[in-house]
Amino acid sequence: MKKLSARRRHPLAAVVVLLFALAVTGGLYAAFAPADTAKADGTAQSLAIEEGKKLYSVGCASCHGTGGQGTSDGPSLVGVGAAAVDFQVRTGRMPLQQQGAQAPRKKAIYSQAQTDQIAAYIASLGAGPSVPTKDQYSPDGADIAKGGELFRTNCAQCHNFTGKGGALSNGKYAPDLTDVNPKHIYEAMQTGPQNMPSFPDTTMSEKNKKDIIAYLDTVNSSKSESPGGLELGGLGPVSEGLFAWIFGLGALIAVAIWVAAHTAKAKKS
Amino acid sequence: MSTTTTNESGAGAPGRRKAPAGERVADWADGRLGIYSLAKANMRKIFPDHWSFMLGEVCLYSFVIIILTGVYLTLFFHPSMEEVVYHGPYVPMQGMRMSEAFASTLNISFDVRGGLLIRQIHHWAALIFLAGMFVHMMRVFFTGAFRKPREVNWLFGFLLFVLGMFTGFTGYSLPDDLLSGTGVRFMEGAILSVPIIGTYISMFLFGGEFPGSDFVPRFFSIHVLLLPGIMLGLLVAHLILVIYHKHTQFPGPGRTNKNVVGLPLMPVYMAKAGGFFFLVFGIIAAIAAIASINPIWAIGPYRPDQVSTGAQPDWYMGFAEGLIRVMPGWEINLWGHTLVLGVFIPLVIFPLVLGAIAVWPFIESWVTGDKREHHLLDRPRNAPTRTAFGAAWIAAYFVMLVGGGNDLWATHFHLSINAITWFVRIGFFVIPVLTFIATRRVCMGLQRRDRDKVLHGRESGIIKRLPHGEFVEVHEPLSQEQLHTLTAHEQPKPLELEPEFDENGVARKAGAGRRLRVKLSKGFYGDGTQIPKATREEYEEITSGHGHH
Amino acid sequence: MSSQDIPEENLPSTQDAHGGAVTKTAGDPFADPGLPPHEARIQDIDEQAAKRSERVVAFLFLLSMLATVGFIASYVSVPVDKSIYVFPIGHISALNFSLGLTLAVALFCIGAGAVHWARTLMSDVEVADERHAIAAEPDVKAKVLADFKQGAEESAFGRRKLIRNTMFGALALVPLSGVMLLRDLGPLPGTKLRKTAWSEGKMLINQNTLQPLRPEDIQVGSLTFAMPEGMKEEDHDFQKEIAKAALMIVRLRPENIKDKRELDWSADGIVAFSKICTHVGCPISLYEQQTHHVLCPCHQSTFDLSDGGRVIFGPAGHALPQLRIKVNDKGYLEAMGDFAEPVGPAFWERG
Repeated sequence: MKKLSARRRHPLAAVVVLLFALAVTGGLYAAFAPADTAKADGTAQSLAIEEGKKLYSVGCASCHGTGGQGTSDGPSLVGVGAAAVDFQVRTGRMPLQQQGAQAPRKKAIYSQAQTDQIAAYIASLGAGPSVPTKDQYSPDGADIAKGGELFRTNCAQCHNFTGKGGALSNGKYAPDLTDVNPKHIYEAMQTGPQNMPSFPDTTMSEKNKKDIIAYLDTVNSSKSESPGGLELGGLGPVSEGLFAWIFGLGALIAVAIWVAAHTAKAKKS
Repeated sequence: MSTTTTNESGAGAPGRRKAPAGERVADWADGRLGIYSLAKANMRKIFPDHWSFMLGEVCLYSFVIIILTGVYLTLFFHPSMEEVVYHGPYVPMQGMRMSEAFASTLNISFDVRGGLLIRQIHHWAALIFLAGMFVHMMRVFFTGAFRKPREVNWLFGFLLFVLGMFTGFTGYSLPDDLLSGTGVRFMEGAILSVPIIGTYISMFLFGGEFPGSDFVPRFFSIHVLLLPGIMLGLLVAHLILVIYHKHTQFPGPGRTNKNVVGLPLMPVYMAKAGGFFFLVFGIIAAIAAIASINPIWAIGPYRPDQVSTGAQPDWYMGFAEGLIRVMPGWEINLWGHTLVLGVFIPLVIFPLVLGAIAVWPFIESWVTGDKREHHLLDRPRNAPTRTAFGAAWIAAYFVMLVGGGNDLWATHFHLSINAITWFVRIGFFVIPVLTFIATRRVCMGLQRRDRDKVLHGRESGIIKRLPHGEFVEVHEPLSQEQLHTLTAHEQPKPLELEPEFDENGVARKAGAGRRLRVKLSKGFYGDGTQIPKATREEYEEITSGHGHH
Repeated sequence: MSSQDIPEENLPSTQDAHGGAVTKTAGDPFADPGLPPHEARIQDIDEQAAKRSERVVAFLFLLSMLATVGFIASYVSVPVDKSIYVFPIGHISALNFSLGLTLAVALFCIGAGAVHWARTLMSDVEVADERHAIAAEPDVKAKVLADFKQGAEESAFGRRKLIRNTMFGALALVPLSGVMLLRDLGPLPGTKLRKTAWSEGKMLINQNTLQPLRPEDIQVGSLTFAMPEGMKEEDHDFQKEIAKAALMIVRLRPENIKDKRELDWSADGIVAFSKICTHVGCPISLYEQQTHHVLCPCHQSTFDLSDGGRVIFGPAGHALPQLRIKVNDKGYLEAMGDFAEPVGPAFWERG
């Protein structure tokens, strides 16, 4: 301890401490970062099937198997339907960049036309939900208030009151729904991607889904209103508390320092 | 000084015939209320200048703002859980069933002009009130301002903080929205965990089963009458004691334990403190203009079968939320009864942790055996054990705040919620200890630096080459003011146990209490807990021996 | 200029340092030198600067007046439902924004003006005030003790013990009336927490469509919420009943169900669990369809729905209660009774 204490003032002491702290932080992050326990899923028309199969064998087969039967790295795609393919591929979740707790949303790699071909191929493997049409998912004419109630019953527990997202176990999460294409929201409800449960038409009608999309479109899009001012992430009391501490109390302390400080003295120059 | 006297005599001359109106009013009041005697003692009362002494004022003013805006809100709020169907202007709620409390809060937010602003000011001011009390309390703690004669006032302050938390919680629950309802549900679950009487208290509080239709009106009277009434009383007592004791001050030239140096209430502090009220109100109004708080329209009305992720209480309850989140789910079933330790233990730890900081002044005065009055503040570094304890307490508090927001930490830092929970479980025990050790060492480092400064002067950063080639840094000697300031603090000596045999050889054994006290005292002030401050002899030896650098 | 301004009583010689030993021994380098002489501010010596300060203060007060006029103007002219886009805040209420900012300016300027006035134009000569011990002088204390003793003697409080004891008795009993009055705050718990709205033969009603559920509606990996047949949102006790009866329905492949009782109580792999967390009662429903785990959003208790609703993480103390269901002869799902154990948070009498 004495020896250590004597070197406290060594010029390199601060560097050593900093390196140590960085190593600990990095180590802790590595230790606590969500473990890799990922799974993903995906799904499947006629002339396009052939083209889709080609694309599939290049981009998807390594994980989902050459015939879509699934491997240890990816689930079977038989019977997942075209809607699942459209969702996974067009939101950039598939193809997966790396195995992780969950496939993140990223820039889509395949164009809509290519995606449709893959979807046609997957749909040919087994029957599943097809890609919804515009009048199915368009929010026009839906009951926003009913959508809000449905959202709070079925969705808010994972996606937050207005769909800002939230945490699940072991590093998984329910994503933020801000400005997500209504078509993809519809597909997600219908197919239940990854760990999200599905809400098939038999338990949540087409009308119900439309209402939910209309609600989201009202409260969680870039044109949503926040009458009170800054939304602070829409995350509730945690961000409000941080704001109160940092900006509220921070500003008040800054003002207090001004109030209590001695006025500049006239120094003889 | 001289100008005031001339003014008075100047005003006195025409007053021979008839005193000015103001004076006559004052005379009238004095004859009935004795205001001149009161003013004699207080009008020119001295307040020392330091920004941290204004933190209490932040709390006082935000409390006043909360009362003003709160009264306005009661004019429009209906504390009723009667179910109504909403037909107001907010489209995503139209046709929804909700309680009158929720509907009237929507009404305040969307129909009453300025209602939203007042609601937001009220809520922001509440968050700032609590944060202000927290920081004010820490200022008092770290500077030792709680020492005799101010221990009672410390307790008043602590009680205000605790009552503030519950007033805040009851207020947050009033709109009967989905978020606060979840908080109330948590409260009900916590009450149910209390052995033997839990179910009874819950039934009595909610007028039957949760949620029932009674808790909003009941919380309303608690929130607007009972708790603020007690707080107002405590607040007045707190302020009277501040004036009676006179403010503490930091050591410095001319500042002693027997005086208070600063500027007079009339006129400087009237203007500064009065002005500060408007500054605080202005800043809170600006925050309420630009930042949304508790947007209940986005949250929705309460239903016990609905919930949202990220359900947290306001920050001041985050500590309790953390305790409840990270506690393992222990439950004991014996003889047909259930002991819900997983909920009951956090419920017990919560007041214990808060209370730990409240009783510290009494522990400290018992350990030191110091019966003197203290009006000079300590610099935190000069009381390393106290500072380290305070830092450890804050560390425990903040670890629990992290625990209370573990889901948001998980999503925003891409971590696993389970890992954070484990981190908090272990951290609650380990981090305060590490903080204690680290803080005490930092304090001692700073003490050592003060000592070097006193003995060798301030490092000027100027390098001088001596004739024989040696390079030295020029140290500027400190002024007497600085020397005094840096050496004005006391360094308590640890207590010693009396020898086991007195001078006559008669055995006398120290009692367990005495032995504990000596042990604690050694831990507080013994070896390795402080750097001896520079003595006059050391200073003289160095300054005379070396001459000058 | 400056030396003449120092009030006599603040000169170093009149200061008295505490701590006896280190006081002003001549030549003690650490002795208290007393209050430093007052240094003049620019405003003290330069009338121009003082005039500038005065103008700043007056400007701030004027600005406050203008802001108040602005407040009234916005109150009258801005419609309550007008929304505007303000970068970078977003689409916000025009009225809230204008009222808030004008009020803030009106208040802040009064404060800033007053403080600037105090800081630059009022005297900043530091004054020392004497302190007096808080504790009373010995003679005062002696007088008080004597008075108290006399008063106590005159009351005969110590001598007439009967009066004293009966008075304590009366004072101790009288608050009981207050306690009694609290009795009607609520009913006694009884078995209320043990029973829910579920009973034998009640169909499971889908909360989205309000239709009874058929087993073929429910797919593997889906999540559905149900309430008992006959319950309506308009009912006066709906909130109270749904707080206990809320139900979460998922379908598992029978081979994935690890717990034997769970399998017995399911219908074609459809299992119905209470939606109310056994920790403190949040509606738990963060269902991860691949892991069959369900997580509570409030305190992260995690339950395994493929293993009897067992707690696998977090603060909950016991498994989620399962509702025993079957397919009735009309092909709908129905309950075979109430929950076998109390739902929601544990309590003392739960056992």
